[in-house]
Amino acid sequence: MKQSKKTPIALALLTFLTVLIAPAVAGDEIEIQIATKTDLFPIPNLVFAAQGFVIFLAVLMLVLAVWSFYLTFSKNQKTPLIATVVFGIAFVASVLVWLFAGATMTLTTLLAGSLALAVPLIFGSMSGALSERVGIINIAIEGQLLAGAFTSAVVASITDSVILGIIAAMLAGVLVAALLAVFSIKYLVDQIITGVVVNVLIIGLTSFLFSTLLADNITVLNQPPRFERISIPVLGQIPIIGPVLFNQTLIVYLMYVAVIGVFLALFKTRWGLRVRSVGEYPKASDTVGIKVFRTRYISVMIGGALAGLGGSFFTLGQVGAFGKEMTNGAGYIALAALIFGRWNPIYAALAALLFGFAQNLQYAVQIVGSPLPSEFLLMLPYVLTVIAVAGLVGKVRGPAAAGKPYIKS
Amino acid sequence: MRLELKQITKKFGDFTANDKIDLVAEAGQIHCLLGENGAGKSTLMNVLYGLYQADGGEILLDGQVQNFSGPGDAMAAGIGMVHQHFMLVPVFTVAENVILGHEPTKALGFLDIQAARERVREISSRFGFDIDPDAIVGDLSVGVQQRVEIIKALLGDAKVLIFDEPTAVLTPQETDELMGIMRQLRDEGKSIVFITHKLREVREVADKITVIRLGKVVGEASPTDSSEHLASMMVGREVDLSVHKNPANLGEASFKVNNLTAFNSAGSKVLDDVSFEIQKGEIFVIAGVQGNGQTELAEAILGIQERVTGSITLEGKELLGKSVKKVLDSGVGFVPEDRTEDGLVADFTIAENLMLDRSDRPPFARGVQLQLKKLHQFAEEKLKQFDIRAQSIFSKAKQLSGGNQQKVVLARELSRDLKVLVASQPTRGLDVGSIEFVHEQIVAARDGGIPVLIVATELDEATQLGDRVAVMYKGKIVGIVSPDTPREELGKLMAGVTK
Ligand SMILES: Nc1ncnc2c1ncn2[C@@H]1O[C@H](COP(=O)(O)OP(=O)(O)OP(=O)(O)O)[C@@H](O)[C@H]1O
Ligand SMILES: [Mg+2]
Repeated sequence: MKQSKKTPIALALLTFLTVLIAPAVAGDEIEIQIATKTDLFPIPNLVFAAQGFVIFLAVLMLVLAVWSFYLTFSKNQKTPLIATVVFGIAFVASVLVWLFAGATMTLTTLLAGSLALAVPLIFGSMSGALSERVGIINIAIEGQLLAGAFTSAVVASITDSVILGIIAAMLAGVLVAALLAVFSIKYLVDQIITGVVVNVLIIGLTSFLFSTLLADNITVLNQPPRFERISIPVLGQIPIIGPVLFNQTLIVYLMYVAVIGVFLALFKTRWGLRVRSVGEYPKASDTVGIKVFRTRYISVMIGGALAGLGGSFFTLGQVGAFGKEMTNGAGYIALAALIFGRWNPIYAALAALLFGFAQNLQYAVQIVGSPLPSEFLLMLPYVLTVIAVAGLVGKVRGPAAAGKPYIKS
Repeated sequence: MRLELKQITKKFGDFTANDKIDLVAEAGQIHCLLGENGAGKSTLMNVLYGLYQADGGEILLDGQVQNFSGPGDAMAAGIGMVHQHFMLVPVFTVAENVILGHEPTKALGFLDIQAARERVREISSRFGFDIDPDAIVGDLSVGVQQRVEIIKALLGDAKVLIFDEPTAVLTPQETDELMGIMRQLRDEGKSIVFITHKLREVREVADKITVIRLGKVVGEASPTDSSEHLASMMVGREVDLSVHKNPANLGEASFKVNNLTAFNSAGSKVLDDVSFEIQKGEIFVIAGVQGNGQTELAEAILGIQERVTGSITLEGKELLGKSVKKVLDSGVGFVPEDRTEDGLVADFTIAENLMLDRSDRPPFARGVQLQLKKLHQFAEEKLKQFDIRAQSIFSKAKQLSGGNQQKVVLARELSRDLKVLVASQPTRGLDVGSIEFVHEQIVAARDGGIPVLIVATELDEATQLGDRVAVMYKGKIVGIVSPDTPREELGKLMAGVTK
């Protein structure tokens, strides 16, 4: 079998792009601020000659691209993952230098912002993982996020408690997931169609309630309290890592737990083995006494709870109020992250972080003023998603029984 | 434990697959179930195992009526089953597959994979299997997968064990081992239901035989009855168990394999400088214990074997390096070893499966349009000709009995314009009546003047069908002999002994 030519070609194109960027890099220097006030020890700002740095990166990328060509065409070998990762970092760095040249880039702010934006994506992709691994295609992540966002805003406003807000959000997510599950498992409706219909339903429902109920009672129904930042002692003071990872809100900490929890549950526990067997070959699971339908319902609904929780981030974490269709396609990006992450919770979370980074870059660049039109920057996360899923994922296989209802005789 | 089935009836729509079947299996006995392809044997066993719900009748264990709502209940009641279609998750390891459903765990439901490995090793060594618990099942050959299925069934400590055609993919040696295991289990007092189409096995291990045809019990037979008698009871007519063929009418050698060498992904040689030529009008059989390179040879011809060197020519044209589609288009008929994996699309109808790789050309297509009428006509014809037992041509492939699936693959491959036919174990899982028919078809293809390459693991089939027999051992052809070579000599060759 021949090795796929995708990787070397993609690397070549991106290298070419960087070479194009290099002459356009304006400003002499780029200053990167790494330290924050709370750090345990101070780190001075890094200062680079912008153009020189981009040229250095371009050369590095060129070397990697040539190597990849050599491996693919002469040796018929795969390009090692590490090479692709280094290349990716170099490319992103060169774009960053180009965008921030002549200004100061605050590294921690950029990264912490990316993490925040990735929160709903990560929760969404966990929902996707639990659902698809058990054999149910989950297009309804969007609906689950939106339902969570809406419910948490209303409940937290009424009760003035974020905790009750997120509990309500999880319940709402479970309900939406249950809808998807019943139609897919019991009534054997096509799972993709069901997912889309569920999304349309939730968008319609929340928009309707928003304009009829919330709009007139903002103070009572749509002014929820917000998550507070909790800095974890010591950990929160480690340079870079501290401010980015451990000076966050409750929901972000819950997210860490969710990702690790879903990973362990799926791959290290009895429950997970059964879930995956049902997603691969439900009849085989049935023959060893595993309850296929029940396993499917439970896994999909736990996923719904996580996505609902993720939805509360929009209202209680980010905006501070519910807005019409405020999830804005995050559910679909979460699904893309899941596929990019090969249905593995850890990889999916990393992919979601990447997408969050792209989104945040767009905000950050708008602030320093960018050489690119803002419409183009708006496209960035989505373009990255398409490239990632279509270009880099290549031939991966999802769970074999995903999308196929199980019918007993 | 004494198993009794009373008046079991099972319908699929209007079709009655089991019609008031009575069956008693005593503890400490091996009970053989004989019947044609599609007779309803697997259906009956699936009802017993709780996988299907019966439409009538009852299941009794030691006189107690059982109500199984699913396989979980049947397992709890002490029933274990080796399924005809592997119930293995291909992406899981052997250990994961074996423990699925009753996993050893540590605290908090975490899997104890080490304990799982131990269990696999323990059972393997008890029955003389050699299986790596960490191997991914999808990478294993069908013979090894079959052993994994057997280990799975033995692990549960069942008192009633059902073996649904476990020997179809085993080598003769492995079959003997399995029959030894069955005797051992019988002597431990278990009741065993054994389904097979191979009459030699039935006569060797059965304590009791029940024959079913078209969903009904037609009677009991004794292991001392002759093969001919058993065969005619199954099929309902006289069956000729030997192959009839006229002397070969040989033409030029149009199919040539030269210096074929191949490596597997681990880098070891799986084909070692294999060369042979097959003349038009000749059946060339590759015999040998499975796993000695036959699979790789067939795959190399089809074009799905990586890392091969050498040449394979058909009428002077090189096949090696071409895509599968090109290979098939150039006139290669191919019957794969694993029909469910490579030969059929389970969710397609019989008609669609009969067309499959020819969906883009006449008579089935005109331009981009499918000629459905032509297809349906063709499918009806083949259904009759190959005696495929199905409700209609619109039944899905996965609803067919195992043997009937095999017939669909054969019907498709044999009804094309062929320049060479390559078939791996073409009669695997077929009943004696169908074997007779398939052998006739293969001989007819040969007499039609094409070279035929058959991979056979059954020595009888190899010597009866072949005009020449090549024996493979460790990726090499160790001898090409005439089919009337004495069995002992063939046996020696198969063990790699060359003078
Ligand atoms: N799920 C199903 N839906 C519809 N028809 C079915 C289904 N399963 C089996 N059948 C039909 O019931 C009949 C009996 O099938 P079964 O698998 O029991 O045969 P078998 O005796 O095991 O044959 P073989 O020796 O080929 O395995 C066949 O005609 C088959 O087409
Ligand atoms: Mg069967």
